[in-house]
Amino acid sequence: MPLSFWIKKSASWLEQRIDLSALKEVITHKTVPQHKHSLWYYMGGMTLFLFFVQVVTGILLLLYYRPSAEAAYESIQFIMTEVKFGWLVRSIHSWSANLMIFFAFLHLFSVFLLKSYRQPRELTWVSGVLLFFLALGFGFSGYLLPWNKLAYFATKVGTEIAGAVPFIGTFVMKFLRGGEDVSGATLTRFFGFHVAVLPMLTTAFLTIHLLLVQKQGMSCPIGVSQNPNQKVIPFFPNFLLRDLLGWVVALGILVFLASVFPWELGEKADPFSPAPAGIKPEWYFVFMFQTLKFIPAKVLFVDGEILGILAFTVLGMLLLFVPFLDKRSARQLRTPILSAVGLFAIIYILALTLAGYLMK
Amino acid sequence: MRIRLTLFLIFSLAIGLSAAGSDLSRNSCIQCHQTLDEKHIAIVNDYKSDIHFLRGIGCQGCHGGDARVGFAEGDPSISMDPAQGYLGAPQPQQIPRFCGKCHSDVEYMKKYNPGLRVDQEQQYRTSQHAKLLAKADTNVATCISCHGVHGILPVSDTRSPVHKLNIPKTCARCHSDATLMSGYRIPTDQFELYQKSVHGVLLLEKKDRSAPTCADCHGNHGATPPGLVTVSQVCGECHASNRDLFNESPHKAAFTELELPECETCHGNHEVAKTSDEFLGVGEKSLCLECHSDPHSRAYQVAEGTKATLDSLKAEIDKANKLVAQAERAGLDIAAAKFDLKFASDAVIKIQSLSHAASLEMVQEEAGPGMFKAQLVEKKAKEALKDARVRQYGLAGSGVIIIILAILLFLKTKEIDRQTGR
Repeated sequence: MPLSFWIKKSASWLEQRIDLSALKEVITHKTVPQHKHSLWYYMGGMTLFLFFVQVVTGILLLLYYRPSAEAAYESIQFIMTEVKFGWLVRSIHSWSANLMIFFAFLHLFSVFLLKSYRQPRELTWVSGVLLFFLALGFGFSGYLLPWNKLAYFATKVGTEIAGAVPFIGTFVMKFLRGGEDVSGATLTRFFGFHVAVLPMLTTAFLTIHLLLVQKQGMSCPIGVSQNPNQKVIPFFPNFLLRDLLGWVVALGILVFLASVFPWELGEKADPFSPAPAGIKPEWYFVFMFQTLKFIPAKVLFVDGEILGILAFTVLGMLLLFVPFLDKRSARQLRTPILSAVGLFAIIYILALTLAGYLMK
Repeated sequence: MRIRLTLFLIFSLAIGLSAAGSDLSRNSCIQCHQTLDEKHIAIVNDYKSDIHFLRGIGCQGCHGGDARVGFAEGDPSISMDPAQGYLGAPQPQQIPRFCGKCHSDVEYMKKYNPGLRVDQEQQYRTSQHAKLLAKADTNVATCISCHGVHGILPVSDTRSPVHKLNIPKTCARCHSDATLMSGYRIPTDQFELYQKSVHGVLLLEKKDRSAPTCADCHGNHGATPPGLVTVSQVCGECHASNRDLFNESPHKAAFTELELPECETCHGNHEVAKTSDEFLGVGEKSLCLECHSDPHSRAYQVAEGTKATLDSLKAEIDKANKLVAQAERAGLDIAAAKFDLKFASDAVIKIQSLSHAASLEMVQEEAGPGMFKAQLVEKKAKEALKDARVRQYGLAGSGVIIIILAILLFLKTKEIDRQTGR
């Protein structure tokens, strides 16, 4: 029997039980606009694909990982040495995490610059920004889990920064650390955040985000959308095949990186050893870290570090509410000021990240 | 009833008598001395922290006399009556016996500290200090020179001049004094040298109490310079294995014949430096060359061979270590190999010790298995690294498959685009 026969048979069996017409409708009639900015449509899908890679490899790592100061490092050593293909799974998990955040940045900025957040997609944007924050949370909590020297001290510095926030800082720092200092207790709770709390929240927001995307379809950039002869392609299979192609390429890149540059484990964390020179957080936090370094110790009687943290907090909140602040684009009007802000942010992030890596 | 009362009175009197010495308000010596000049007041103040005073021994415990009377009567001579056993301040020659009166008395000392030795005076009599003291040289050290006089602290007290960490400085008080030592024709740089020595650094800088002080080699109460024969025994107390190897070596007979102090000839005495492998062999810093400079001599060849063997083993271990570190960084498991490497490193330490036997055969015998282990570790680490490379190439291969899949997908997309007319 040919494969198509079985597909048809299964579909009719399902059809008799569930009404699949809505899904059919989406599959057959959903289209995606095609224009000079179409490339950016693939960024979200790419982030999603890498997220799935994270879920799968993360579950595999969970089979052997032991979240305690005494056993974490050793368990990863075991995964990388004894478990069949364990080293590959761990290396892919680490690389994919970084690529996912990279694509999340691209997705966020492309949506921002194309003003795709404008009415009626405000909630898609809000859920997306929240997902982005969650991804950063995944990165921060996951970084500590191998319990190696660099991660230990980076977490120490990271949580210290959180501790500098006025009023709630000390509480936040103690809550994150599970005590006065980064210890086994910190590792256990970071593990809890990484495999339970963050995945749960991400699943919820991701579901909302994807449902909204499906419901509202792809946004067309201002200017392009006014064109009555706008070219479109069917979502299935044309767009999906392109997506798939991107994912296969991403998988190839991941495999290449994981095998040629396997993610190192480093030295085991030793709370009593002196902090190594030039501690840096993960690259996606470097621009913030570097900003805090550049701010003078005192700015008009206010602690520079606190000012920096407050500024980033306010910017984060503003980012969340961009669709509600940008009234012009909702009326299909261009907002060059916001575009400039977006470009400035990109340049700022690139420059500060670069400075973080080049400066001692 | 009357008998009970009498017994009570006798008992009270007995307690009163024994306590009189340590009760400051009823001690005539203290009451009187406190009214005198600074020097006498200082004696009283010092004695308040003295171990003897704290154990209930009053002034009369050493000086005799009767501390219960004299002050109230306004006549010190009553308490300082020789008829009452008053001894006064002892002359330097009298001091050892003065202290030994109690400290050499086994029964008496048992009451205070059953574990304390009672041969200090006996030991002291054998010391160089005592021999000179017997010749009426009062410049030499007696008990009080090191322990202090009225403020004697227990040896375990870190403030005590004879606490292990303070001994070198206490000896140096006299022995570094060039004027004082000029009459004895002995050097005064011992402390200066000791400070820089491996022992001195351990004791004085790192506060490691297992390091030897002056007293550990010279003796404390019986302090005397160790003679030619006793040098290796003194060092051998701690460095037992090296002493045994040296005793078996051809050096033993030669040193005896040449009347050379054994360990000291190469290592020095007070300035014992941290040993280095460069002391061996025939290089610039070689100690062997000082006696064995003829390249055709057997001894020269032994020295050269020992160093060469040691160096090649160290080089091999170094190589293995680097490979192990590289493999570890790559996340490869080489715990077992690392354990073997420890065995090889132990061989290095053994060879360093074996150099005291001056036997190339013994050195080579020890180096063999160490070398084998180091090479084994190297092999294992290389294999592990090779395995890691194989994995990488294997995956690069799978990358090719992915690329082909991507190309096929691309072609399919184009085909479908054509079919749907897009």
